[in-house]
Order: sequence, then structure tokens, then C-alpha cells
Amino acid sequence: MKKLFLLLLCTFFFNNSILSDEYNGRKLEIYKNLRCLVCQGQSIADSNSDFAQTLKLVVHDQIKKRKSNKEIYNFLISKYGDWIVYKPQVNKNNLLLWAIPYLVLLIGGIIIFILSKKRKYNGKN
Amino acid sequence: MLSNIGIALLILTLVCSASIINFALTDLKIKNNLVDVKLYYLSLFQSTFSILSFFTLVTGFVISDFSLINVFQNSHTTKPIFYKIAGTWGNHEGSLLLWINILVIFSYLFLIYNKQRNKVFRVYTLIAQNCLILGFLIFLLINSNPFSPLLPIPAQGLGLNPILQDPALAIHPPLLYIGFVGSSIYFSAAIASLLSEEKDKNFAKSIKAWVLLSWSFQTLGILVGSVWAYYELGWGGFWFWDPVENASLMPWFVMTALMHTLLVLEKRNTLYSWTIILCLLTFTLSVTGTFLVRSGILNSVHTFANDPSRGLYILSFLTIMILCSLIIFFKKNKKEILNFNLGSKETFILTNNWFMAFYLATVLIGTTYPIFLEVLTEAKISVGPPYYNIVIIPFLIPFLFLMATGPNTNWIKNKKKYFSFSFWILLLAISLNFIIFYVLKSHNILTNLIFISSIYLIIYSLFDFSNNLKKNSSLDLPRTISHLGFGLLVFFIGINHSFSVEEDFNLKIGEKKKIENYQIFFKDVKLENDINFKSIAGEFIVLDLKNNTQEILLPEIRIYNKPETLTYEAAIKTKLTADTYLTMSNISRSEYYNIKFQRKSFMIWIWISVLLISLGGFLRLFKKK
Amino acid sequence: MKINLTKITTYTIIIFIIGLFFIGLNKNNIYDTKYLIGKKIDSFNLNSLTSEKKISNLDLEKNKFTLINFWASWCGPCKDEHKYLLELKNQHNIKILGINFKDKKNNALDFLSTLGNPYYLIAKDKKGKSSVEFGIYGIPESILINSDLKILKKFVGPLNSSDVKEILKFTK
Repeated sequence: MKKLFLLLLCTFFFNNSILSDEYNGRKLEIYKNLRCLVCQGQSIADSNSDFAQTLKLVVHDQIKKRKSNKEIYNFLISKYGDWIVYKPQVNKNNLLLWAIPYLVLLIGGIIIFILSKKRKYNGKN
Repeated sequence: MLSNIGIALLILTLVCSASIINFALTDLKIKNNLVDVKLYYLSLFQSTFSILSFFTLVTGFVISDFSLINVFQNSHTTKPIFYKIAGTWGNHEGSLLLWINILVIFSYLFLIYNKQRNKVFRVYTLIAQNCLILGFLIFLLINSNPFSPLLPIPAQGLGLNPILQDPALAIHPPLLYIGFVGSSIYFSAAIASLLSEEKDKNFAKSIKAWVLLSWSFQTLGILVGSVWAYYELGWGGFWFWDPVENASLMPWFVMTALMHTLLVLEKRNTLYSWTIILCLLTFTLSVTGTFLVRSGILNSVHTFANDPSRGLYILSFLTIMILCSLIIFFKKNKKEILNFNLGSKETFILTNNWFMAFYLATVLIGTTYPIFLEVLTEAKISVGPPYYNIVIIPFLIPFLFLMATGPNTNWIKNKKKYFSFSFWILLLAISLNFIIFYVLKSHNILTNLIFISSIYLIIYSLFDFSNNLKKNSSLDLPRTISHLGFGLLVFFIGINHSFSVEEDFNLKIGEKKKIENYQIFFKDVKLENDINFKSIAGEFIVLDLKNNTQEILLPEIRIYNKPETLTYEAAIKTKLTADTYLTMSNISRSEYYNIKFQRKSFMIWIWISVLLISLGGFLRLFKKK
Repeated sequence: MKINLTKITTYTIIIFIIGLFFIGLNKNNIYDTKYLIGKKIDSFNLNSLTSEKKISNLDLEKNKFTLINFWASWCGPCKDEHKYLLELKNQHNIKILGINFKDKKNNALDFLSTLGNPYYLIAKDKKGKSSVEFGIYGIPESILINSDLKILKKFVGPLNSSDVKEILKFTK
């Protein structure tokens, strides 16, 4: 049994490696996270508008200048506001946004746990 | 003329609804078990008038009767007949009429298919449902009348947005409405159940078929919407977590939870209160979704033309609906004693509900939070795909494992045998995952786990499938197919995400670009003229350097004249192994074109997986009959 | 008592959420960059359209007030607002910096010779990348700043007469 468990562990770790920081992957990832401000709900990756094309050039330049994703997002947020990024930042404004789903998960888990404890008690009776 | 006929039919329908409520209230006082014959006839007439009014509108579109504002705003004489008909429900007013028709038809069908049940239950269902119908009819007649006349009668219409002229989009609303509008019937039935003696097991039996029906159609409706987005919107994606998409997904989560809970209610006669809550929640979410999308409160890519007065009415209606159902629930609901075994199927079904609640909370919060934040703090934020992906995807992993284990808890007589069996399947799943990544590329831990868990579910489901066929347990087969479909869906989305090639670049005519093992040659651009549009058609030759095969792709930029719209038609070549996807857009005042090239692995299998999920629902539905 | 707590909580939450929706209906959904007001513009260094000189934020510090106007010869609404720019040119407190956006030099100069030149300096932004530094997302757009380079007001779209009145109020 122990040997099988070790085998499992080895097979598992063979599969993992750190995500590679390819330029192209970064570029598209950033494009998809930026909102096209003059469109009705599209990222600059999907939009064909003039603004999207301008922004793509700017992001392209910044990546070439070796700016990190965070720096690029912060730069654009300082110019255009929080609305331009699709991933909401984790700050005091958005605390509830990020917290509530996990709270629901936690509360749901607790309810199921309590219910199963009750039933166990009832079952023993 | 059509305007008058249409309005007259609508008023007749409204009169029927009011009469039904009136006679139903009277009938409740008669203590027998026969529903008043008048109610049958009124429901039949109501359905007839409603359907006729719908066909009147369709006629208006088909003959291009521009004396109706709705036809004028959304149609054109040169449109193909198929899209003239589909144009009927491709706009706000027409789709509301379709909405009302579903409410009415389901009301009648529920009445006649439940003859063996408690009378008070059936009559209250009729009353509740007709209150909904009345609410929507009044909204339609006052605010969004599809039969509003237009004088003087214009010679030509404004036309339908060309991106809506697509077969997938044409059937998308009807499918979706049978789904989440159909959920109105078990909303009404839930209220009726609270007010009558038809509870617990019997209640579950009365709504089961309806839940299955609406769930299966909702699944198909969502699928068709994604297929349309993929083929028509030109970004190569099929799901953007856009508010309209979320509005259709939220009721789906609750329907799924409800469908599973009904199993417990029916077999073990417990979880009644929770079932009622789910029934009430489904249609509430449907109306909430409609509110979010049609009121203009949210910014979305699929918007109908927005109008705050609509929003005001729908929100008021929603408020009354929620408050009434809450008051009735709190008044009539009795505390239940929950008694079932730990570690049994019931716990797994509760777990399913638990996860569905989590997914629902995420999508609901993500969609509505920007509104709340802006109202309270004036701050404007966007919540998009990164949020939903980060929150939801990690929890798919335990969910997939549980989906495999849950249905089989019945036969866990021998725990040791069960664990060893599961262990070998897990090992197999990990090995397959390893092979996939050895052959192609390595990725991060989350992706690996997603693959392992989805493969685990797939293998388990296949074992179940063969067991089902051997034992001839036809009742389990639909569930196995749906679960298999879900496993395949997550698996293929994972494959598609990890192993697709995507690139965004600018190219001039005659230039080539190399991306991984593909070479794209921008051969030529032609100007073409069609009946209702002009197009700039590009010719691209995509050469696969590994296999030395090539494909010719012809994306277009179309300039429609009625209405004046610019669209980008993607060139898509679909094969079993991958889709090749190319869009081209011009850059103003430049010779360069912006090209988006994608090679999407196993794209078609994503659609097939969802079809399987839906198929399970339909199979289960027809097995009952 | 426990059930009552559940009831009260549920009703309160529902009414609160619905209330927020009602208020939300009345808010407009149009994106704007009002929050930029009060911030300083970043330092920049652009090429002049007409000479080999460079134009930077240091030049603007010399002015009491500057109106930075993004425009192009191919832009229709830019023609509409041009007369208001010419009107503002005559005010002694305010100088107008024109930034020519994604345009060809000849077309730009033709535009100015036909309709008049309200700009004391003209910079060029051939690829449009510099516009992002100013938080611009379409043209025409204008930014009013003072000698400390602080943004006093942003105008999205062509200027109209009430905008001009507002600028005059700021620059008294």
C-alpha cells in the first residue's frame, strides 16, 4: 500500500512545472484583461476599435520595456480608472466582492457539517 | 389592421387571465375534487388567443407590415424569410410576447396533465401562474406593445442587426425561454403547494417532469448562445461572463440543484422546504436576469436597446413577486425534521446543492457588485473573466471528484473494494494526464488537477455506463450520460485552453507571418457586393509546417446598409481535432490589417459535451412517460 | 424568536438590495474620467509637428492656463469645435497646445490653413501612443490645466459654447 502511495506521488509531481513567462502569452493575457472603453463589453483583445489598437501598441511597448503585468495595469488604471481592468483589484472597495463567494462556501460547508452531526446523533438514537 | 387584431387578441388573453383568477378563487370555496370546467375552457381560450397573437406578429414580419412599429424597427423587405420570422422574437417586445406565450401554454399544460392531483393545489397553481401572466401582459400592453401602430406607414423598415441574422441565434430565445420562463410553472406550483395539501413526495412528483424539461432546454439554450457567440461575434471565444450570459447561467445553477434535490424529496420524503425555496428562487433569478439585461443598468455586449422605464416596471414586478412569495413561505412553512443517513446519497446531493450555491453566489455577486459599488461609492469597476475563473475553477476539482463518487454510494457495501477501485482510476487519470503533458506542453498545478479530476469523472462515468447497460438499469443511464458530458466539457475546455495557439498581429497584403508551426500568408483582398452588404474579403493561406497541409481562410469585413452596421466575419474551419479561426480588421488610415489567428484544439467537442449533458435530461424525461 | 430573526434579516437584505437596484437605474452608464480632475499631468516629451523642436511639460509651466486639445484632420467633430478654439485663442490667460493625433503632416497643415490655427504650439502623436499618457480614449478631447500642470477640467467630445463659458470662468 505504501509503495502504491509513493508511486502516486511520483506520478503526480512529474506533471507539474511552473508557468513559463512567454512574451506572447503575457501580451495576450494582458490584452484580455483590459476593457475596451468605447465598446459595449469587449476586451481590447476582442475589439477592433481604434482605441483598442492604440492601447495594444502601448501595452506592447511596455512589455518590451520589461514592465511587469502589475506595473502596466497600475499605469493604465492611473490614466483610465479601475474600470479598465477586468480583474477587480483586492482593496477595501472590493473586499466583499472577493469575500462573499468564499463565505457562502464556508457557511454551506458548516450547514452540511451540522446537519450530518445531527443525523449521526439521530441515527444513534 | 394587424395592429388592431394583435391588440384585440392580447386584451382577450388578459380578460381570460383575469377571469381565470376570479373563477379560480370562487372554485376554491367548493369543497370537491373537481376543477371547475370553466377554468379548463378559459385556459384553452387563453392559450389560443395568446398563440394567435404571436402568429399575428409573425405574419406582420413575414409580410413586412410596417404599420407596426415593431416590424418597422426590426425588419426589412429584403431579409430572407427565415430571418423575418426569427426577427419576431429577436427584439424586446416580440421576445416578451414569446415569454407570455410560454407562461400561458405551460399554465394550460400543467392544468391538464395533473388531473389526479389535489384540487386546491391545481387551482392555486393556476392563480399564481395567471398573476404572473397578468403582470407581464400589463407590462406588454402599457410599455412594450409589439402591436403599436405607426402612422404614416413607412415604405421600408430599419432592418435587423446583421449579427442577429444567424440560425443559432434564431432558435436561441425559444430554447432558453422554455428553460427559464418555463420555470415559472414550478414557481407557481411551489406557492400552490404551500397553500394546499400537496406537499413532500407528491409535490416532487408533480413538478419533476417540468424541472427536467426546463433544465434540458435551458442547457441547450445556453449552448446555442455560445455557439452563436463563437461563430458570429468574431473573437474566438464562447463564454465571456458577460451579464447576459450570466443571466442565463444563474437559473441553470438553481435548476440543477433543484433537479438533484427532487430525487431526495421523492425517494426519502425530506428536504421539502429547501425544494420550495429552490423553486421560488429559479424563476426569481430568471426575472432578475431579465431586469439586469433589459433595463440598461449594466453594460453588456448583447444588449437590447435599453430603456429605464422598462427597468422600473420589471423591478417593481420583481419586488412584488419576491415579497409575496416570501410572505407566503414564512407564513405557511412548517419546520421539518431532517432524518437521513450520513455518507449516503442524500449527503452527496446536499453537496451538489452546496457547490451550486457557491457557483451561483459567485456569478450573482460578480454581475451585480459593480452596480452596488457605484451606487454606494461612485467608484466604477469592471468584473470580468479573470474574477470568475479564479474563484470558480479551483473548486471544480473537488466537484468533479464528488460527481463521480456521489451517484454510486448505494452500492458501497464493501468499503475496501470501493477505495481500491477508486484508487486505480485515480492512478489511471494521473497517468493519462502525464501522457497528455509529456506529448505536448507542461503547465501549472491547477491545470493538472483539472485534467486529473475531469478524466477521473470521465473514466468513472464510462464504467458506470457499461454497468448500466449490463444491468439494464435504464433509470441511471441518463444521469451517467449527463455526468459524462460534464466531465468531457471540463476536460475539453482545459485542452482547448492549454493547447490552443493564438496570436494578434498586423499584416500587409502579400506579407507572411510565422506562428509556432504555422505560416500565415496574407494573399489578397477583394471587394465584393452582395444584396444587403458590401464586403472586403481577405484571402489567407494557413500552412501547417508539421503536416505540410494548408487551409484557405476567407475572413470578411462587412458593411451592411440596412441598418448601417460594420461586422467582422471570422473565417472558421472546423475539424474534429481543431478549429482554425481567423479574423481580419482594417486599421484606419493604414495599409496594415489587424489579424487575429487562432488554432483551437478540439473546439467542436466542447459543443458535443454540452449536447450530451442536455441529452441526459431529455432521456430521463422521456423514460418517465 | 429565532425564526423572527431570520425573517427580519431576510426582508431587510431583500429590501436593501432592491433599493440599491432602484437607485442604480437612475445612474448613467457612460464612462468618463472625472476622477482625473485635481491630478497633475505626467511629464511628457513630444515632437513638434512643424519643426525639429521638442515640446514638453516644462513649456506648459510657463503658461497661466493651457488647454491641451487632441485633434486630427480626418475627424469630423474636430471641425465643429474649431471655431470655439479660435475664440479661446484670443483670451490672454490661456494658451492652446494642439496634439495632432494619428495624422499626416500635410493634411494637418491644410486643415489649419483652411480653418485657422488656434494653437501656439502643435505636437504630433503619429501612432496615438502618447494620448494614453493623457488618459485620452477618443478625439476630440481637451484637457484644461493650470501653471502647476494640475487638471482643472476634461472635455470629452467637441467643445460647445457652454464649455467655452466654463473655461472662461476657470481662467479669469
